[in-house]
Amino acid sequence: MRLKRKDILTIEELSREEIEMILSTAESLREVSEREIKKVPTLRGRTVINLFYEASTRTRTSFEIAAKRMSADAVNISVSTSSVVKGETIKDTAKNLEAMRPDCIVVRHAAAGVPMMLAANLACSVINAGDGAHEHPSQALLDMLTVRGRLGALEGIKVAIIGDIAHSRVARSNIYGFTRMGANVVVAGPPTMMPPGIEALGCVVAPDVDTAIKGADVVMMLRIQLERQKDAFFPAAREYSRFYGLDEARVRLAKKGVVILHPGPINRGVEISSEVADGPYSLILDQVTNGVAVRMALFYLLLGAVREDAA
Amino acid sequence: MKTAMDDKAVDRALARIAHEIIERNKGIDGLVILGIPTRGHLLAQRIASKIGEIEGTSPPVGAVDATLYRDDLGMKKDQPPLKAMDIPIDIDGKVVVMVDDVLYTGRTIRAAMNALMDFGRPRAIQLAALVDRGHRELPIKADYIGKNIPTSMKEGVKVHLKETDGVNEVVVEPAAEIK
Repeated sequence: MRLKRKDILTIEELSREEIEMILSTAESLREVSEREIKKVPTLRGRTVINLFYEASTRTRTSFEIAAKRMSADAVNISVSTSSVVKGETIKDTAKNLEAMRPDCIVVRHAAAGVPMMLAANLACSVINAGDGAHEHPSQALLDMLTVRGRLGALEGIKVAIIGDIAHSRVARSNIYGFTRMGANVVVAGPPTMMPPGIEALGCVVAPDVDTAIKGADVVMMLRIQLERQKDAFFPAAREYSRFYGLDEARVRLAKKGVVILHPGPINRGVEISSEVADGPYSLILDQVTNGVAVRMALFYLLLGAVREDAA
Repeated sequence: MKTAMDDKAVDRALARIAHEIIERNKGIDGLVILGIPTRGHLLAQRIASKIGEIEGTSPPVGAVDATLYRDDLGMKKDQPPLKAMDIPIDIDGKVVVMVDDVLYTGRTIRAAMNALMDFGRPRAIQLAALVDRGHRELPIKADYIGKNIPTSMKEGVKVHLKETDGVNEVVVEPAAEIK
């Protein structure tokens, strides 16, 4: 078994076999977090650097905990206290970090393509923890793990992704991931937030939210990214909630036993009502738990064997 | 390829190991049988059910995967696939009998013991192996052995079980047949 790649940059480039391998490895590793001693010695002596140019609680903490549970050393760099504020370029920062011999750099950046640029310039592994509105591969993997854990399989299921598709790297990675695994993906959202040509990724665009949700096995609500709403894509939060938010009435349109996902952080009462977010179909907190397992699996698969070019 | 144990021989060896475990531990109080996946786990289940036939109740059975504790991780080109870890009860103060199909270098057993220690502090750990083929690289010795099969390091010893391979047998592969 081996993942024949140095980096995890996009879901788009992963084969079905590679996704299966990552998910089944994550399933085995989930047990480590349930032990009294939540640590295995597997990646002793490996160093992981979390380089986050954008705010994050969940993802950064998840990568850090995942590295530590595998016994790798994790270092976090938050950009506000780094040399970036002195004007250092990303590439120079990364080259300098690499001179300290890390085995993996986990990077998040507001600009799409930054992880690919670093991967091409660095000998160590690079994991994309979110680049602009492009991809967020570990999020899609943990979403697939959560759905597979509840429904048993991904083949043939209907997945509705609702909200701000245009700004969402989570949506893009999930469209690639779920379609690659044989699921049918339907997207819906305000026309101002629906990128033209999104069908090219393999999904269907529904005319409205109710059509998208009807008969769905999975409903994934996206966060309204208030920090990216400079151009006023919708008039008011209340109006958004009425037309595009998920409340109990809309949940009833979906299949019985529907799985409700949200990448977090949630805007309660905007894209999802509190009753639904805290309700029996919501697996929002399972997603977070599975996030640690998926990231442990990525570290194991990227750092657990000798690298071909190093051998 | 030569058959070292057939279906009957495998079954008899497991029955004897079950008896020896009961005798050595004076019953099954506080006993846990943990197999090393994949075939060690299957053998552990068979031994536990044989103990059940003799004693009336079976001891708890589980699996201990040693992969995350291996000493050759980061040295091989492939990451070994992870198997199930299934420790059914608190092992503090228990007698754990670990079961593997073939005892060879002893490195897997070392790794499995380290894994166990992360789950608790057993009163004792004992080791059962269907085959001991020699060539230990660590100071490890089995308490219960199905059969000693002296081998050269160039030969291969394979345990086939009905669940995974359709047949119960132990075969020795000459060096030339190993891929």
